[in-house]
Amino acid sequence: MTTLLEHRYRAGEMHRFSAAGEQFVYLPQAGAIFALDEATDGVLGLLGDGVAAHDDLVAALTGQGMTMADAEGLLRELRMVRLVEAENVVARAPVVDTPPDDFPLQALVLNVTNQCNLACTYCYEFGADKISTQTGKTKYMTPETARAAVDFLLESAKGRDAVHITFFGGETLMNFRLLKEAVAYADARAAETGRRVTYSLTTNATLLTDPIIDFLAEHAVGVTVSIDGPEKMQDARRVYKSGKGSYAVIAPRLKALIARHTTRAIAARVTLSAGVTDVVGIYHHLKHEIGFHEIGFAPVTTTDDGHDFGLNGDGMSAVLAGFNALADEWLAYALRGEMHGFSNVSETLSELVVGTNKSHPCGAGLGLLGVSPSGDLSPCHRFTDADDHVLGHIDSGVDQAKRSDFLTRGHVGAKYECTSCWARPLCAGGCHHEAFVRYGDTGHANLHYCDWIRGWTDRVLDIYGTLAVKNPEFLDRFADRKGLS
Amino acid sequence: MKHLKPLNAKARRIEADIGAAIEEDVVALQQAPRPHVPLGCSLSFSPGWEVDASGGTAGLCQPAERDIYDCYVTCFWPVQMADHVNYSADWASNCAAATKDWRNLDVVFP
Repeated sequence: MTTLLEHRYRAGEMHRFSAAGEQFVYLPQAGAIFALDEATDGVLGLLGDGVAAHDDLVAALTGQGMTMADAEGLLRELRMVRLVEAENVVARAPVVDTPPDDFPLQALVLNVTNQCNLACTYCYEFGADKISTQTGKTKYMTPETARAAVDFLLESAKGRDAVHITFFGGETLMNFRLLKEAVAYADARAAETGRRVTYSLTTNATLLTDPIIDFLAEHAVGVTVSIDGPEKMQDARRVYKSGKGSYAVIAPRLKALIARHTTRAIAARVTLSAGVTDVVGIYHHLKHEIGFHEIGFAPVTTTDDGHDFGLNGDGMSAVLAGFNALADEWLAYALRGEMHGFSNVSETLSELVVGTNKSHPCGAGLGLLGVSPSGDLSPCHRFTDADDHVLGHIDSGVDQAKRSDFLTRGHVGAKYECTSCWARPLCAGGCHHEAFVRYGDTGHANLHYCDWIRGWTDRVLDIYGTLAVKNPEFLDRFADRKGLS
Repeated sequence: MKHLKPLNAKARRIEADIGAAIEEDVVALQQAPRPHVPLGCSLSFSPGWEVDASGGTAGLCQPAERDIYDCYVTCFWPVQMADHVNYSADWASNCAAATKDWRNLDVVFP
């Protein structure tokens, strides 16, 4: 006698949210977002945290007036999308795979110098938590090294029509001459094979001059300015070696930059640190008084003891409150069809539009590598000149064993704490560099900001849902958005 | 999909996959919501390894032995039947045409 197999379901992995009176669900296994109807809500309510038999669910649904066929169809739909799954399904162990050795490069970050004319007290390159070992190394990248780096990029970017070069420092403009030469060389080399190179740079803006600005505009070099806000906040930690603040120097140069450089959006990148947490005030100063197009914020990277600049729990709460206030503004703009400049929302939202599901937190070591002034390769600019993190040299190429080790440890599947977190498709454990500074391992999940990331992702999902109901066309604008850097 | 509305690119891909998917083409024989008839046997119009309404084989529309011959030649399903690869290669040698000679198919004594 055969016993009929009774199918029992439990709820699949999901993060539910509601916005504008509607119900939504975010599926971490895929990065998918669905709006769900009352019937679906009802089934998930019946399941709760437990399990229910297929026939019982059908009976409950037909009891509510649904036909048998509709009830079966609903359960089938939920099964196919994995909102419900058989109770005895065992989750597959996460696969930690590394990309092939010839994974094509997309971007290089050229550290054209490791020197800086400022001495920002929280700097990860020069400050208390630095991991770079610069003693005895080249301070300024030579034209030969830059050319070799361009050749290396084009050679390693097989199959890509466009590649990207970011110029970084130190203070990038302390080696502007090299930047100019590198752009000319890269444009010429790319043209030979019918490819394109796009450019960006990060600067503290102290050395901007009109000729430099005109060059950047002419070559459509995207500019990100590291700046912390109004004079008082900027001068708290972004200081010269003498201790003098830099605000008075950069303010007129920023106005000139924004007035003359109109080929790309000009972005500000704010480092939030102790006492510098007035996100809303900083945003409005940079957006409306200086004129930046986009402003992005990130908390300072620091060890657990925080030094005098680290953000403690109260500081981070203030930051989240500020983020939420700006997110409200962002949404109000979006509902009117206008773009707001708070890029933390725009960046997260554009990843949600695509349904990004990351194996690694960023492109470091994958499509992106950093190049030190001496030509050493590193996962990204934050690891430049750090001996322990060298991944090869532009002359000899990528050290595949080291790269593989870096990527294996940084894979989200290798971070146990991430496996049960619904925000992992976007976070994937967070910044490799921050993890190293705090935990001594690039592959450690950044557990100190998990709650923060989930809180923020949930906030942007709320915006997503609201727009999906009230102004869905606005979301389409983010379908092709590329990162600014 | 009737109850879920895809809102991002990944969700639309899932929807497209479901739309393109063949209706759950691999299923257990008695999986809910309804019993399934094995495809191969149903196509060759023999009932497969089945029982009649009373739980026996007497009431089947074709003799059970016909099933065995069908399984012996064509079926991939590992059931208790004559094994034409290893042990009973000539089991059907006296059965040139199943419709006439099925009586020659004998029980296998291992």
